[in-house]
Amino acid sequence: MRQIQAGLALAYRDLLKFLRDPVRLASTFVFPFAFIGILGGSFQASFGRESGMDFMAFVFTGVLAQTLFQSSAMGIVSLIEDRENDFSQEVFVAPISRYTIILGKIAGESLVALAQGLGILAFALILRVDLSWGQALALLPATLVVCLFGGAFGVLILGTLSSQRAANQIFPFIMLPQFFTAGVFNRIDHLPPALDLLSRISPMRYAVDLTRGVFYADRADAASAVLVSPAANLALMTLLFGIFLVVGTARFVRRETEG
Amino acid sequence: MEPVIQVSELVKRYRKAERNAVDGVSFAVEPGSFFALLGPNGAGKTTTISVLTTTLRPTSGQLRVAGHDLLREPDAVRRQLGIIFQKPSLDLNLTAEENVRLHAVLYGLYPMRPAYRLMPAGYRAQVQHLAEVLGIAGEMSQPVRTFSGGMRRKLEIVRSLIHEPRVLFLDEPTTGLDPASRRDLWAYLKAVRQRGGTTVFLTTHYIEEAEAADRICVIHRGRVVSLGSTDEVKADLVEDYVSIDAEDGAALAAELEGLGARFAPDPELGGFRVAVKGAGIHPLLAAVRTPLTRVRTHTPTLEEAYLEILERS
Ligand SMILES: Nc1ncnc2c1ncn2[C@@H]1O[C@H](COP(=O)(O)OP(=O)(O)OP(=O)(O)O)[C@@H](O)[C@H]1O
Ligand SMILES: [Mg+2]
Repeated sequence: MRQIQAGLALAYRDLLKFLRDPVRLASTFVFPFAFIGILGGSFQASFGRESGMDFMAFVFTGVLAQTLFQSSAMGIVSLIEDRENDFSQEVFVAPISRYTIILGKIAGESLVALAQGLGILAFALILRVDLSWGQALALLPATLVVCLFGGAFGVLILGTLSSQRAANQIFPFIMLPQFFTAGVFNRIDHLPPALDLLSRISPMRYAVDLTRGVFYADRADAASAVLVSPAANLALMTLLFGIFLVVGTARFVRRETEG
Repeated sequence: MEPVIQVSELVKRYRKAERNAVDGVSFAVEPGSFFALLGPNGAGKTTTISVLTTTLRPTSGQLRVAGHDLLREPDAVRRQLGIIFQKPSLDLNLTAEENVRLHAVLYGLYPMRPAYRLMPAGYRAQVQHLAEVLGIAGEMSQPVRTFSGGMRRKLEIVRSLIHEPRVLFLDEPTTGLDPASRRDLWAYLKAVRQRGGTTVFLTTHYIEEAEAADRICVIHRGRVVSLGSTDEVKADLVEDYVSIDAEDGAALAAELEGLGARFAPDPELGGFRVAVKGAGIHPLLAAVRTPLTRVRTHTPTLEEAYLEILERS
C-alpha cells in the first residue's frame, strides 16, 4: 500500500511538472501536428488517390504510437537529468523499493504521454482523419499500453547510458531509425531481409502495429496496414516490458550505487 | 547505549578510480549528539555520507545505522534518516509545499492528495509549524524556482524533518548562506537536537562550524587524522608550547639540552619553542638559570591545528 502511494506520488509529480512547463507543453503538440498534417496530407495527395490507400489514417496511427512511445521513453531517460540535478538522490534515499521508483516514473511519463495523445486525437479530428467515437475509445487502452511499453524501453536505455550528454547524443540514434523500421510513415510488410530483421528488433514496431490493429479493426483496408493481431502484439509487448524493466532497473541501480 | 552510527574500516573506491576515496575510516556517533566530519575538498566527506545514507555501496567495511545493518536492512535504515545533500535537491517547478508533500508520501506518513487543502489536518499542521519555525511559512505555496539559496536550504530542512528522523545528515549545509541565515540554521539545529533528541551528523570544511560539535572526526585523503572532542582533537593535532628567549641564546639552548627538554627554534619570534608535556613545564622553567627575555605560552586554535595537518600531509 505504501509502495503504491509512493508510486502514485512520483507519477503525480511528473504530470505536475509537465503541466507547469509551457514550452514543453507547446512543443509536444507541434511535431505530431506537423507530421500528420503535412506528411499525411502530402502523401495522400501524391500517392493515395492512385493506390487507393488512406495515408492520412496510416500516418495518424503511426505518429500517434510513435509520439507516445518516444515521449514516455524520453521521460524516463530524464531520470538521468534528475540525478545530475540531485533530485533523484532525494527519491533514492526514501524507504521505498527501487522498482516502485521506476514504475512510478513509468506511470508518470505515461500520463504525460497520454495527455499528448489526447491532443493528437484532437488534431486528427481537425484534420479530418476518418475516426469514429468507437475507434477513439478503443484507442485509449491501446495507447496506454504503448506508453507503458515506451516507458519500459526508456528504463532499458536508462540502464545503459550514464550521462545526460550521452543520452542526448545517443537517443536520436536509437529513436530516429525506428521511424522507418517501425513503419510510422511507410509500409514495412515487404522489406528486404536485412531491413526486415532491423524492423523486427525495433520495439516501436510493435507499438505502432498494436495501435493500427485496434484502429483498423473494423476497416476493410486492414490487411494493407496491420501486420499481426493486437493480441499477438500485446503478448510480445508484455514479455518485453518485463525484460526491459528488470534488466534496466537492475543495471541502473547497480551503476547508481557503485558510483 | 549503542551508538546510533557505527562505522568500522569503511573503504570506498569508485569505479575506475585509482585510489580509495574513503580508505579505512572508523568512528562511532552517540545518539542525540552533534558529530562533525571535518576535512578539506576531496577528503571523502560526501562519499562517507553517501555510503551512510545507502546511496553508495561500500567497497568494504561494517556499518550500522540506527540499530540496523546498513547492507542487510537498507530500508529500515532509510526510514530513520533525514538528509540534506551538498547540492540542493528540490523540484524547482513544484511549490515548496508540494516538495514537502511528495517527501511525506514517499516516507509513508500520509496518503497522496492532489491539493494541499485535501491533505490530512495532521500534515498541514506539521508543515505549517516547521515552516513557521524556519520563517518560510508565507512562501510555502510559491514555486521553489523563486526561492533564494537560503530559503531553499530552509525548505530542505523542513522537508528532512517531516518524518522525524533519528539522524539528520547535513552535507556542508551552510554553503551559500549569508551570516544571518547561518546563525539561524545553527540555532535551529540546536533546537532540533534538544527537542527531539535527533542526532546531527554534519560535514564541513569550516573549523568554526566543527568546533561547536560534541565530537569531531577530521579526515584527509580518505583517512581519519584525528577523532574526539574539540579539546582532544586540538591536543592530538598540535601540542601546546611555550615560546622563550634569552639575551644569550646559545647558553639557553645548552641549558635546555642539559635539562632534557623537547625544544626547537621558534621560526616566528626567535628563541625556542618548548613543548608542554602535562605539568612538566613549570619545574623546567624554574630550573633555567639563563635570564629569560620572553616567556609566552601558546595554545594553538583548532584552526591552526587543522591547517597544520593539511600542510603536514
Ligand atoms: N562519482 C565519483 N567517481 C569517481 N571519483 C569520485 C566520485 N565522487 C568523488 N570522487 C573522488 O573521491 C574523493 C572524495 O570525494 P568527496 O566528494 O567524498 O569529497 P568531499 O570531502 O565531499 O569534498 P568537498 O568538500 O569538495 O565536497 C575525491 O578525490 C573525488 O575526486
Ligand atoms: Mg562533498
